[in-house]
Amino acid sequence: MATETLQTTPEVGGMGHSVKRKEDPRFIRGAGEYIDDLNLPGQLWLDIVRSPYAHARIKSIDSSEALKVPGVAAVVTGKDLEGYKLHWMPTLAGDMQMVLPVDTVMYQAQEVAAVIATSRYAAADGVAAVLVDYEPLPVIVDPHKALEKDAFVLRPDRAADKQNNHIWHWESGDRAKADAALAAADVRIEEDIYIPRIHVASIETCGCIADWDPVRQQLTLHMTSQAPHAIRTVLALVAAGAGLPISEQNIRVKTHDIGGGFGGKVPVYPGYVLAVAASFLIGKPVKWIEDRSENLQADSFARDYHIHAELGATKEGKITGLKVRTIADHGYSDAAADPSKFPAGLFNVITGSYDFPDAFVEVDGVYTNKPPGGVAYRCSFRVTEAVHAIERMVDILAHDIGKDPAQLRMENFIQPEQFPYKSPTGWEYDSGNYPAALQKAMDIIDYPGLRKEQAEKRARGELMGIGICSFTEIVGAGPSHDFDIIGLKMNDGCEIRVHPTGKVLARIGSQTQGQGHETTYAQIIAEELGFPVADIKIEYGDTDTAPYGLGTYGSRSTPTSGASTAMASRKIRDKARKLAAHLLEASEDDLEWTNGKFSVKGSPDRSKTIQEIAFAAYTNFPQGMEMGLEAVDYYDPPNLTFPFGSYICVVDIDKGTGQVNVRRFVAVDDCGNIINPMIVDGQIHGGLTMGLAPALYESITYDENGTNLAGTFMDYLLPTALETPAWEVAKTVTPSPHHPIGAKGVGESATVGAPPAIANAVVDALWHLGVRNIDIPITPQKVWAILREKGVS
Amino acid sequence: MTTQHISVTVNGEAREADVEPRLLLVHLLRDVFGLTGTHIGCDTSNCGACTVHLNGESAKSCTVLAVQADGAQIKTIEGMADGATLHPLQQAFWDQHGLQCGFCTPGMIMQAAWLLDQNPSPNEHEIREGISGNLCRCTGYVNIVKAIQQASGQLQAGESAPVEAAATTAG
Repeated sequence: MATETLQTTPEVGGMGHSVKRKEDPRFIRGAGEYIDDLNLPGQLWLDIVRSPYAHARIKSIDSSEALKVPGVAAVVTGKDLEGYKLHWMPTLAGDMQMVLPVDTVMYQAQEVAAVIATSRYAAADGVAAVLVDYEPLPVIVDPHKALEKDAFVLRPDRAADKQNNHIWHWESGDRAKADAALAAADVRIEEDIYIPRIHVASIETCGCIADWDPVRQQLTLHMTSQAPHAIRTVLALVAAGAGLPISEQNIRVKTHDIGGGFGGKVPVYPGYVLAVAASFLIGKPVKWIEDRSENLQADSFARDYHIHAELGATKEGKITGLKVRTIADHGYSDAAADPSKFPAGLFNVITGSYDFPDAFVEVDGVYTNKPPGGVAYRCSFRVTEAVHAIERMVDILAHDIGKDPAQLRMENFIQPEQFPYKSPTGWEYDSGNYPAALQKAMDIIDYPGLRKEQAEKRARGELMGIGICSFTEIVGAGPSHDFDIIGLKMNDGCEIRVHPTGKVLARIGSQTQGQGHETTYAQIIAEELGFPVADIKIEYGDTDTAPYGLGTYGSRSTPTSGASTAMASRKIRDKARKLAAHLLEASEDDLEWTNGKFSVKGSPDRSKTIQEIAFAAYTNFPQGMEMGLEAVDYYDPPNLTFPFGSYICVVDIDKGTGQVNVRRFVAVDDCGNIINPMIVDGQIHGGLTMGLAPALYESITYDENGTNLAGTFMDYLLPTALETPAWEVAKTVTPSPHHPIGAKGVGESATVGAPPAIANAVVDALWHLGVRNIDIPITPQKVWAILREKGVS
Repeated sequence: MTTQHISVTVNGEAREADVEPRLLLVHLLRDVFGLTGTHIGCDTSNCGACTVHLNGESAKSCTVLAVQADGAQIKTIEGMADGATLHPLQQAFWDQHGLQCGFCTPGMIMQAAWLLDQNPSPNEHEIREGISGNLCRCTGYVNIVKAIQQASGQLQAGESAPVEAAATTAG
């Protein structure tokens, strides 16, 4: 808990001020430095030959014509990498993934060979000239078929006892108690819910420049990574395994500016490794920049969860039990980036915002002929899938027993006085006030008025629906006793240096991809130490200088690095107190800290500002004290944080076309104490839009041959400004009781909460026609087909 | 390799280059002239990150060959500010938090500038329609719309949209 509550002026710009972003001047002038903006002397270009087949044996690769193309320097195949044992690499989930195949390709668009050339265009010419002879093999697209007894084995490289397509089984909760609760329930509902495969599609694709200096034995990897330190360590381990002379002190990962991440820039992709290998072999910098079609067809996907859920309740609508069985389609390799103990992420937060005793959830990971993955899409480790399932089920229950969905939620919520609340799957929710958030959303949108309007419209044959989602997020991974990725504990650092003139340099282990860390972390320091935000510089994304951290995803930056920033600031304030006591010739106990200065209690005119103290730290410090004013902190969170919110969506459906129009959307979020309200609102606006997207537009589907049917932005529909409604946002504030500044994290709440609110609104509009569930994305085509089937015109 | 000599004026400065006929205008700007503020976000002219002004018209520079631009006047994001003075749209995007990762921002600003050139006082729908060829993955467009409203004099810096003013109190 905060030891001293600080209030700052707008000029200082601490917690709660909508400080304009410090990073923006370079972006609005086109002076950002994204990976493709960077070019190094002598640089070569790498481009990738990709498989047109989803499953095929490689009979031969003929590079001879490619090597005749002007500018082409080399063609690298899997057989070349095999000599260095670099043809396979570990994934963050502990599975193995090919860098380049030696004999078999496993998905359409998989990397088959790399061409290195003197220019972007020459490399592309070389790719077109590589001749690969394939023998197509049977394809498994459906994970259910992959599990059938006679299904062929996709990964014969695995151990003898794992010669099937089942990757892992994971379960949580008490199966027997959940079964008993369901058996005893007055009302029991059962539903299949599919959360389709989607892609983060950050507007900047992935890329890197690998720069191996053979003289200095130094590898600098400029790359688009949300977790640069973890990448450095993985590279060092892979290099050691391959016997290469690249050791961790000589590996420097630099991220520069990143054009959106959303989880897609957490994994290690073959393109990065190929660029490193090529630079190592050739001794020159090698640049790899992905095309959009490569990005959509080969990079890690999100979701792809086939959920079967059963919910039990009393006839009055009190929930009594939940049981969930899920098939997780991981493609040909589990390349998720979940914490090690949690192969299905935090999916077992699926009991949501509701208080009931018995739940059981199980997930089975399965291989198919699709790209590897299972990363997030602006979602904290499978929470979106969980929230969608429970919020759909609760809505179906309400409609089934004829109770208003808002009322049913109110009657089942965990109540404010029940926190900290132990969930039936073992989580301890730190804090919450669910009824307040839902009530606020209902008041803003005039919920009773909308229900009246809906009744009138239904009487006239018009289709209008109101959908609610009251989600609970679980973010901030995490406490070292439970959370690691490939063994690395998920604690993130902050290092603060106060210069003699009272200016501050702070470095953090998390990594911004647009979140505004250069501003918000400065605000935390401003709040804690009283330095104006303008005097504080935040750095990150250079592993030679920034303290270790597991990076930014899962809404974890503020809960982890944000906490370490506050704690490092407090270490500095502790030393500043000793310096102030020395300067003021007073006892430390007689000093009080207000508005960026220490003063003697009862004599406010006897004081020293933090700037005066900073100068003294280098010019006039007591004998025996170390010079300087610096601190480092690595924060091990005692628990996760649990942001929450209630969203209400109003849709109108065009009976002629099946088009769903989101007329209004009110989002009430509670992310605890707020560092910068402007930035929090921006995060929610963006998150809502990335919730709208999979609810109505985006999905990656495959034909029976395993060919990606949404491989460009022509077919994978990101919402434009026209599809996106004018979001209405509001807040409640329930501080986290264990986070140093009471914050919780906010980046993904809205992506988690929006899809079920929209889906619930559409089903609400169609319930009277006998519609219980529509899987997202709810396209006009799906709705139109339902309307025709139900005889609506 | 056959090349063709072209002359263009970029942000008021005469530039020349010998280019392959297949070179895209966006690669001329970025890789030949070093003007990396114009970005590339897709292969299919959907995202608009590469938007520049070509002879005063908004154009997606990934869809124009450099040789087609021979003799043209080109304006990019680097030509928008007047020294230390930001273009009103640049200022408005900063004031209204109209950007997050910043990757779509140059294209968005160039498109918005052309929109305001055609229609100095667009309503919200006209703004949304006017930027519908430019994709943003971070902002949800709310604050981009506000930024364009500010630049067109319809909203003051620091002024919030009405729905938010009614709603953003702590409960």
